[in-house]
Amino acid sequence: MPLLKVDKISTSYRIRGSLFSPAKYLRAVDEVSFELGAGETLGLVGESGCGKSTLGRTIIRLEKHSSGKVFIEDREITALEGTELRKARNGFQMIFQDPYGSLNPRMTVFSTLEEVLSIHTRLDREGRLKRIVELLEMVGLNAEQMHRYPHQFSGGQRQRIGIARALAVEPKLIVADEPVSALDVSVQAQIINLLIEIQKKTNVAFLFIAHDLAVVEHISRRIMVMYLGRIVEDGLSAEVTGNPGHPYTKALLSAVPVIDPMTKRSRIILPGDVPSPLNPPSGCPFHPRCPLARDKCKVDVPLLQPVKEGEFHFSACFFHDEVRKMDRGI
Amino acid sequence: MPMLEVKNLSVDFIVEGKHLPAVTDATFSVEKGEILALVGESGCGKSVSCMALARLVPEPPGVYSSGSIKFKHADREYDVLGLDKKSLREFRRHRISYIFQEPSASLNPVFRVGDQIAESIFLRGDVDNESKVRDEIISVLKQVGIPEPEQKMMSYPHELSGGMQQRIMIAMALASKPDLLVADEPTTALDVTIQAQILELLREIRNRTHMSIILVTHNLGIVADMADRVVVMYAGHVVETAAAKTILKEPMHPYTRALISAVPKLTHQKEKLATIPGSVPSPASYPKGCRFFGRCLLAENITAPKQELCISTVPAIEEKRKGHFCRCHYSK
Repeated sequence: MPLLKVDKISTSYRIRGSLFSPAKYLRAVDEVSFELGAGETLGLVGESGCGKSTLGRTIIRLEKHSSGKVFIEDREITALEGTELRKARNGFQMIFQDPYGSLNPRMTVFSTLEEVLSIHTRLDREGRLKRIVELLEMVGLNAEQMHRYPHQFSGGQRQRIGIARALAVEPKLIVADEPVSALDVSVQAQIINLLIEIQKKTNVAFLFIAHDLAVVEHISRRIMVMYLGRIVEDGLSAEVTGNPGHPYTKALLSAVPVIDPMTKRSRIILPGDVPSPLNPPSGCPFHPRCPLARDKCKVDVPLLQPVKEGEFHFSACFFHDEVRKMDRGI
Repeated sequence: MPMLEVKNLSVDFIVEGKHLPAVTDATFSVEKGEILALVGESGCGKSVSCMALARLVPEPPGVYSSGSIKFKHADREYDVLGLDKKSLREFRRHRISYIFQEPSASLNPVFRVGDQIAESIFLRGDVDNESKVRDEIISVLKQVGIPEPEQKMMSYPHELSGGMQQRIMIAMALASKPDLLVADEPTTALDVTIQAQILELLREIRNRTHMSIILVTHNLGIVADMADRVVVMYAGHVVETAAAKTILKEPMHPYTRALISAVPKLTHQKEKLATIPGSVPSPASYPKGCRFFGRCLLAENITAPKQELCISTVPAIEEKRKGHFCRCHYSK
C-alpha cells in the first residue's frame, strides 16, 4: 500500500469576469495521478506557472481541489473537513520556499515550535521543551538559540527552523516547495544533505518541488515533470535525466547550464513562453513550442504511456521514440 | 591597456558612524569584447562593485575610500572616480549600460516600452527626428528577438512576460550603444528555458557588436557557459581571477574549490554534497586576517603556527601562475 495516492486530482481557479465577459476557469492542475511510498522522495519539476506548487498545496489541503481524490494511508484526505482535517494534518506538513516570509517575525523559535506541539500533541510543558531541544538538534541548530527571533538568524538557519516546524508532529509526508531555491549554493548543499539525513532517520516521504533539475536529481529517486498543469513525464531519476522520453524534458535538461566544460551538450532553445493556462493550446499542451510537433499533436491529447515495456518510465508524447534524435538537431 | 581597469578599489558604507566595508581592495579588468563573470554568494560585494563602475553607489552613505577606475574609449581615458558632474553624465550616457535582475522592477509601469527605449535613444544625443527614432526602436527590438516589434513597442510592461521584459531591458541598454554592458544577475528571476534564450541573446550580441559584458551571477553553470574570464569574490574581497576554463578545472582558492564542489551536478551519483561550514561573516565583523578563515578546509589541515598567519594578516592577491591571481597564503 503506498503512503500517498493521488487519483485524478484537478484544481481550478475561478477568474472573475466583468460586465461583458463571463467568469473563466483556470485549470492549474489537470487530472494528475500518482503514488508515493513511505520514506521515498519524489521530485516534481517544471517552470513557473506549470502548477507544481498548486499540486503540492492541493495534496495537503491548503488549496481546494475541484475534482479527484487524495489518499494518505488509505484515508481519503480530500473528504475530510473541520476538526477531522485539522487532526489529520499531523500526518502531512509543508516546508516553504521563502525562509523570510514563512516564519512569524514576532515569535521566537521556541514559541513557533511550541505552538505546533501544543495544538497537535498531548505533551506537557516539560515534554514539549524536551521535544523542541531534540528537534533543534536534529536540524543542526544550537538549542541555546531557541529564544531568539527569526531576524537574528541567517537564511539557511531560518530554513532549518522551517524544517524543524514541519518535523515537530512526526509527519509521514512532507511537501517541500522549493526549499532551497532562495539560498546560496554553499548553504543549499547543507540543507539538501540535512533533508537526506532526516529522511534516513525518520522515514518521512518527501514530495520535493523545485525548478532546478540538478537539485531534484540529487535528492530524489524518481522525478515527475509538469507542464501546464499536467504530468508529461514520470520515471526514475537516472532514466528521466539520462534518457528523457519527452521533448520538453529534453529541452529543459539542455537548458541547464553545467559547470563541467567537458560535457558540452547541444542546446535546444525552445521558442516562445509557456502559454497561458487560461486558454491552453488544443491537443498536446506543448505542441506550439515543440520541435517534434506534427498535425496529430494539435488535435489529440497524449496520455502517459510507458517509454519502454516493463520499465518504470512514462511519457505523454506520441513520438517519444524520436526524442533521442533531438540531439542531432531537427 | 584594457578597456576597463579597476585598481585597489574600496567602497565603504557609513552606517551610524561606523565604516562597513562592502568592497575591499578589488582589482580587475575587462578587455574589449570580453565577457567577464563576477561570481560570489549574496552579500559578497558583486553588485556594489558593478554600481561603482559608473559611480552609482549613492554618496552618502557610500564612500569610495580608495583605488581607481579607469575606462578607455578610442583615445580618450576616463578616470571615473575623478570625473566632474558633466563628464560623469556623458560617461554614463555613452559608455556603460546596466540590466538588472528583476526586469519588472526596472521598467516604468506607466510608460509604453517603446517610449522607454526612445528615451535612451534621445539621451544619446545624435538623433532628433521622430521617425528615425521609431525606426531605431523597431530595429533594436528586432535585434533582441521580439516578434511583431511594431505592436510590442506599444505595450506596457505588465502586458509582457518576464523573458520579454528582460529583452526590453536589453534593448534599452543596446539603444545607447555602450562599450560595456553590466548585467547584474540578468536571468535569476527567469525560468531555465527562458534563461537559455536570454544568455544566447547576450552571447550573440557580444559576437556581433564586440561589446564587453560584465556578467554578475552566482550560478557557476552560467559561468562555464558564457564567461571568458572569471572574478570570484568573497566577503568584499576579490579572492581569485583567471580564465574561466582554468578556474573551473583547476580552482586555486579554497573558497572557489568549495563553491564548485557544493553545486549539485546531473551525474546520477548520489554521494553527499560537499558543504562549506558556517556562513559568510557580516561586514560589521570581518576578521583581521583572511576573511575565509573559519570556513576554510585548507587552513583546517595545517599546523597551528601556520594558521597564525591566516588569523593575523590579510593575504595579498598574487599572480601565482600566468594570468591566475589568488588571495591565499597557502594555496599554490
